[in-house]
Amino acid sequence: MSRVLRSIVARPSGAFALIVVVTICAMSFLAPVIDLQLPNKINVTQRFELPSAAHWLGTDHLGRDLFSRLMHGTTVAMSVALSAIAIALTLGTILGIIAAESPARWERPILIIFDVIASFPSLVLALAFIAVLGPGLWNVAIIIAITLVPHFGRVARAQVLSVREQPYIEAEHILGASRSRIALMHTLPNIMGPLVILASMDIPVVIAIEAGLSFIGLGVRPPLASWGTLIYDGFAYINQSTVPVIVSCVALGVATLGFTLLGEALRDAIDPRMRPAT
Amino acid sequence: MRGLANAPMARYLVSRLGTTVLIIFGSMLVLFSLSAIVPGDPATTLLGPQATPEYAAQFIEKMGLNLPIHERLFLFFGNVLTGNLGEDVITGRRVTDMVLAALPYTVALTIAAIGLAVLVGVPLGIYAARNQGSKLDTLLAFTSVAFIAIPGFVVAILLLVIFAIWLPWFPVLGAGDANSIVDQVYRMILPATALAIGWVGMIARLVRTSLLEVLGSDFIRTSRAYGLPERKIVYKYALKNAAIPTVAVLGMGIGRLLGGAVLVEIIFSRPGLGRLVLDAISTRNFPVLQGVVLVVVLLFTLTNLVVDLSYTALDPRIRRGMARTRGAT
Repeated sequence: MSRVLRSIVARPSGAFALIVVVTICAMSFLAPVIDLQLPNKINVTQRFELPSAAHWLGTDHLGRDLFSRLMHGTTVAMSVALSAIAIALTLGTILGIIAAESPARWERPILIIFDVIASFPSLVLALAFIAVLGPGLWNVAIIIAITLVPHFGRVARAQVLSVREQPYIEAEHILGASRSRIALMHTLPNIMGPLVILASMDIPVVIAIEAGLSFIGLGVRPPLASWGTLIYDGFAYINQSTVPVIVSCVALGVATLGFTLLGEALRDAIDPRMRPAT
Repeated sequence: MRGLANAPMARYLVSRLGTTVLIIFGSMLVLFSLSAIVPGDPATTLLGPQATPEYAAQFIEKMGLNLPIHERLFLFFGNVLTGNLGEDVITGRRVTDMVLAALPYTVALTIAAIGLAVLVGVPLGIYAARNQGSKLDTLLAFTSVAFIAIPGFVVAILLLVIFAIWLPWFPVLGAGDANSIVDQVYRMILPATALAIGWVGMIARLVRTSLLEVLGSDFIRTSRAYGLPERKIVYKYALKNAAIPTVAVLGMGIGRLLGGAVLVEIIFSRPGLGRLVLDAISTRNFPVLQGVVLVVVLLFTLTNLVVDLSYTALDPRIRRGMARTRGAT
């Protein structure tokens, strides 16, 4: 573990990414606890204030403190990202293993379902589902998870297919181990590496989709602060002040960049072979 | 197509076409199920709580919501296959017409973005590959990740703030005068740039890595040994071979690009599928939403098919590989 950490920090981009990600995680844990200035506290006499000692990042169109709203946004972004990826990783891995280990008549339908889901651009699929099911934190997480399942499923299947031919799996078969025992005790641990790296690289993607959905009013419901709703609020009042929209856009940009760079550093540290061949 | 002459190629074509048809039917089924799982009473959900009972009853009758589910499924498939995407719940306009009216704007924006990305990304990638380790190469390595990572709609908003509000160089909103090409192109610059920036980074990186890979291969070494001029080697032989992965990635990326276009259109108040979707959502106009999503999926699936088939046909190695490793996935 320390070897991985050292190799991440060795690169400036990796160190930058680690700082960003640690800060965001800390903010998302701390936001519900400390609550410096209530994120939903309205103060109309202090609309569009510029950054100051009292309001580190200024205030929005209702005089709410932007910094505490951003902090709450990190909590929303992280909960959606982590739960969506946990669901997608679990479902995708199970389906991928089933597809690889079962006869063709089971494998085909699973692969076709993957293809159908992947044939929707993720944002558009999420949009269609949410328009029906209604917006909300959990709906957003579940729908994003569904759009990511094929991603994990295909990699899991490919991994199982390559691991299956290894001598140690063959040895288990000869020793008389049951198929479920082999799948759980031997295949699963050996295919997890690439899947975990994939998961870390999907975090910024999920954050971006959640922000996009919240931006068009289909994500988190107001007054709950998400980065997307912050950008929406700032954008709606762009003629009066550009500070809120720029602050929230930069925050989202830095966050997605940090997670992307960390994902790449992690991939290079753990498994350099996963670097795209092209 | 010459490739059709061999049997594995024909078999591949048939199975690829079959998968495409399956995917399109599958996504129609998904969209139909969406309308069927609308929680609660569909008329109230679609029309809102203010609708009078008479209107709701009339609406249910008109939309065929009182029919058993299998009849509705057949009706839906029949309608879609004959190009009828239903009617706007509010205005009664044909959804097909609405989508067809909005589509050109979105397609034009997407094509402009791809064109821009290729025009900027390819030369950048070539330069970086030929000057490995140079300042620009290092800069590109970092900025390309940044451009890929930062969501397109964030870039769009920042561009709008910088180049339309702080520096009033570009108009903020709309697609421009329908009769003036110049005005339309002018107003497309910012949104197309916003969409293209991520792709510039991705294409530059792809061209760089694949060019470096090709430049290290045997046939390039042989061409060098023959004394061919370096320019000819890079631009005529290496680039052609390095183009294939780029085309493949672009094809797969069309979906992301269309999703991004939806948001960018909303930000720049351009008419197009994005605006149509947003309006449909805020007025709970489900048939319109369904129609737009279906058309986007259709566009995406067909583009992927064309890209797949074209690079299979372009690259003799893929064709030959198919004959050898047929059946393996």
